[in-house]
Amino acid sequence: MTTPPAPPPSEPLPHRWSTAPFEPYAVEKMSPEQERVYLAPQWKLMWWKFRKHKLAVISGIVILLMYLSVAICEFLAPYHYTTRNTDFIRAPRQELHLFHEGSFVGPFVYPYTQRLNMENLKREYDIDSSKPQKLRFFCRADSYEFWGLVPGNLHLVCPPEGGTLYLLGTDRLGRDMLSRIFYGGRISLTIGLLGVSVSFVLGIIIGGIAGYYGGKVDLIVQRVIEIVQSLPHIPLWLALGAIMPPSWSPLLVYFGITVILGLMDWTGLARAVRSKLLALREEDYVVAAQLMGAKPARIIGLHLVPGFMSHLIAAATITIPKTILGETALSFLGLGLRPPITSWGVMLNEAQNINVVVLYPWLLYPCIPVIVIILAFNFLGDGLRDAADPYR
Amino acid sequence: MLLKYIFKRILVMIPTLFVTSVLIFSVINLPEGDYFETMVAEMQAQGEKADMSRVEFLKKEYGFDKPPAERYFWWVTGLLRGDMGYSFEYQLPVRDIVGDRLLLTMVVSFFTIIFTWIVAFPIGIYSATHQYSWGDYGLTFIGLLGLAVPHFLLALIFLYFANVWFGTSIGGLVDPQYLNQPMSWAKFKSVLEHLWIPVIIIGAGGTAGMIRKLRANLLDELQKQYYVTARAKGLPPGKALRKYPLRMALNFFISDIGDILPSIVSGAEIVAIVLSLQTTGPLLIRALQSQDMYLAGSFLMFLSFLTVIGVLISDIALAILDPRIRLQGTATK
Repeated sequence: MTTPPAPPPSEPLPHRWSTAPFEPYAVEKMSPEQERVYLAPQWKLMWWKFRKHKLAVISGIVILLMYLSVAICEFLAPYHYTTRNTDFIRAPRQELHLFHEGSFVGPFVYPYTQRLNMENLKREYDIDSSKPQKLRFFCRADSYEFWGLVPGNLHLVCPPEGGTLYLLGTDRLGRDMLSRIFYGGRISLTIGLLGVSVSFVLGIIIGGIAGYYGGKVDLIVQRVIEIVQSLPHIPLWLALGAIMPPSWSPLLVYFGITVILGLMDWTGLARAVRSKLLALREEDYVVAAQLMGAKPARIIGLHLVPGFMSHLIAAATITIPKTILGETALSFLGLGLRPPITSWGVMLNEAQNINVVVLYPWLLYPCIPVIVIILAFNFLGDGLRDAADPYR
Repeated sequence: MLLKYIFKRILVMIPTLFVTSVLIFSVINLPEGDYFETMVAEMQAQGEKADMSRVEFLKKEYGFDKPPAERYFWWVTGLLRGDMGYSFEYQLPVRDIVGDRLLLTMVVSFFTIIFTWIVAFPIGIYSATHQYSWGDYGLTFIGLLGLAVPHFLLALIFLYFANVWFGTSIGGLVDPQYLNQPMSWAKFKSVLEHLWIPVIIIGAGGTAGMIRKLRANLLDELQKQYYVTARAKGLPPGKALRKYPLRMALNFFISDIGDILPSIVSGAEIVAIVLSLQTTGPLLIRALQSQDMYLAGSFLMFLSFLTVIGVLISDIALAILDPRIRLQGTATK
């Protein structure tokens, strides 16, 4: 093998490596058990550790199920989220029954009728428990466009013929709460993921630059992070939310909000990347890559970041619930998403005062999925972090 | 050595504050239109005739005909002289508006912080020393629940049950009959009756975070060799814990000062809106919505200033307490 001539001192060496085959097994022999542990890739080691964390595994399954259900929410929801029934405004929830007068009938609901109380002008609902109405499954009802593309009208469960199915009650326009929670989840859950991807990209790039170069660049980035962190979050969200012109389409607003939420949360990730890089950039393999002439972007992207990707994913998992809560808070104040887009925050916007808690407590149901998903993400993040930590 | 370090840290504050002020000013000026345009539009929507010559006069008076850079200059030099500007909406100097509410906000926040510490401290220590026990799981779960439940929901539910069970009047920090009355023993008692609701709700999220941090820090310290040595020499667990790892784990309490100072002043905005507290949080949000730019800008700037001061104080305190930081001469970040 001939060595190419060395370039002049100021220029980097050409990037080259040996393609000659190298067989590590020929050098060291291991028993099968040793081989299983020592040759396991990092993700496999993590998986073994993660599996032991029961709560995290369950949380992971819950999260998967929730994302799966919002992916096919058109099919799962009994109604379309805009379907209004003016006969049933703010109707309480209908209970699901299995037995009618002691005999098994299968899942059914009792119909109710509306009556206006003339004294306090409150709508009251009487349950007629003599006529059970059986639910229909895999049936045709409200038509929808699956993912806004494919038209269809197949539902997992539909209201009985001529009856209603409001398992979680209806809102002030007579729309089914359960269906709206399904559709709202699609927005709320994806906003968490998209927002975190924005902060993830920002965090890796900015933190990577600061950590790799160190010195003056690091000092400036540190100050920028300090500044962004010193700004109070909610007022800044408000100010940024106000930038979006009211003429924007709901979809654009959705993306705008996502970017805004992501813009505030990258600092934690950038710090994590930076401190890891500061420690890792002195490692031998980085020096080796530098001597072989690899460019900084290649060293950061190919050699350094994969080394602590697991940490980053764990850190990101913990920021997702923050983003989801942020959306809820913004929409609750009426500054985030706007109807007709439906998210859990938009739905909770209706439950803003004490009257709702007293008179229509079912309007607070969107809180339950919010709480569940946030708890699940926190547990999953804890589990991932423990699994990614080689010292535990 | 220490003096030099403090001096250096103060020098670094100046560019930080400068960039912050530019950021705040541009963020506030980014939305289209200004307060006067919103005002004219609102008046026209209500069928009133807007006095355009007066609007023109006001705009000129406050320099809205000048380029943003010039307005920024006047705003910042005003801040440096301690003049926080004038609120268009309240027609009062910003300092007078904020000043009224600041005391109340600080009372609420002060009790919240005390509450957070009192609850988080024992729970964090218990969780760390009894890792993976049922008590640890249970307490961590309760703490997480405080983090996961949206604050406004907690606020609504607490309001309702406080009213049903204890007959506490809904909203505000004092019973309506004591409004606009001078401070008296009865009024003070009424304030105390109302205070615990916001304190618990605002404290819930912070408590969860603090339990987690304390638990993680303490767990790290408990694995270290000095603690193992102390135990091996026969020091009882309680004493060994108090004497060494706990002190180390406390460092983060100090570094938290940076976050605590601004939160004392801003209070929790959303909870305050739901509970209709007369604190500064709702004021700030209202100002941002109506583009009352001097009120919003100066107040945001005030908050950032407090953060920077808080970080400075915690850095100095850490440098005094922790010899490792002092000797390296750099901040822990």
